[in-house]
Amino acid sequence: MNRATVTQSLSVSFTVGLYGVAFGAASIAAGFSLLQTCLLSLLTFSGASQFAVVGVIGAGGSALSAITTASLLGIRNMLYAMRMAPILKVRGFTKIIAAEVTIDESTGVAIGQESLGADAMKHGFWLTGIGVYIFWNFFTVLGALGAQAMGNPSSWGLDAAVPAAFLGLVWPRLIGNFERALAASSLILAVVLSPILGAGLPIISTALLAVAFGWKARR
Amino acid sequence: MNALWISVLGTGAIAFGLKYLGHSIPEKYLTNPRMLRINTLIPIALLSALVGVQTIAEKGKWIIDQRLAGVAVALIALSLKAPYFVVVISAAITSAVIYRVR
Repeated sequence: MNRATVTQSLSVSFTVGLYGVAFGAASIAAGFSLLQTCLLSLLTFSGASQFAVVGVIGAGGSALSAITTASLLGIRNMLYAMRMAPILKVRGFTKIIAAEVTIDESTGVAIGQESLGADAMKHGFWLTGIGVYIFWNFFTVLGALGAQAMGNPSSWGLDAAVPAAFLGLVWPRLIGNFERALAASSLILAVVLSPILGAGLPIISTALLAVAFGWKARR
Repeated sequence: MNALWISVLGTGAIAFGLKYLGHSIPEKYLTNPRMLRINTLIPIALLSALVGVQTIAEKGKWIIDQRLAGVAVALIALSLKAPYFVVVISAAITSAVIYRVR
């Protein structure tokens, strides 16, 4: 294992894992129990999807809306898995573990090691995937316990921390005017539809905007 | 089983299922550029929608309160290239201060 891959994997693991605090706190604020919060991190293990579940439920949406929004956000993990499968070549139980830790970060670090060869890609994937899994779940518990101790989420600013967390997640993706236009129109559409459609559907409906934007060739 | 449990277990099952499916289908099926493009755009749309709904809507109504101020500060922090944690914390502090002063 080369040192650069290990260093990068571990620093990504810790930094990303820390955000688990924000998730744990947001989940408790949305009304989930400590056990449910931990299960979301242990089973779903995909930050954006998890935030989406607590976001939709917290806003008063149905379970179906929450699951649909989270699953739409989870499709990209399937594409990462398709990218990683020929490199990892895993079967059986190892494949189950590999699938669970296939996320933005593990795939990102693995692809970043491409110039160092297939072994470095594998090491980067496993170290980052397992590392984020450990830190993310640890910090989820910490955030959840912290939020339980705090009481009223509004008096600690958690009500604004959740949308700010979403904003921080989407920000790096807004690389051009095309992406910014989609972001702005999705935000406006969801807000405008909220009083009409309730909490969950306005969010899901913006996926159609993404389809419309992506349909015609861009640039 | 209540709505919270359904959403926890349902999301977990589908999230894992999607990942496992990806490890099982050959990469050669991943060629349609239009689908790839849409896939990168979906998170942008959904996350932006969540920002809007979480900031302004509450139980299907528009409510302008401390959350909007918090998110505005987060936006400023992001445009100043602040790290993720500073962004989230600055939004929380702003919102908490306004909530307590009011």
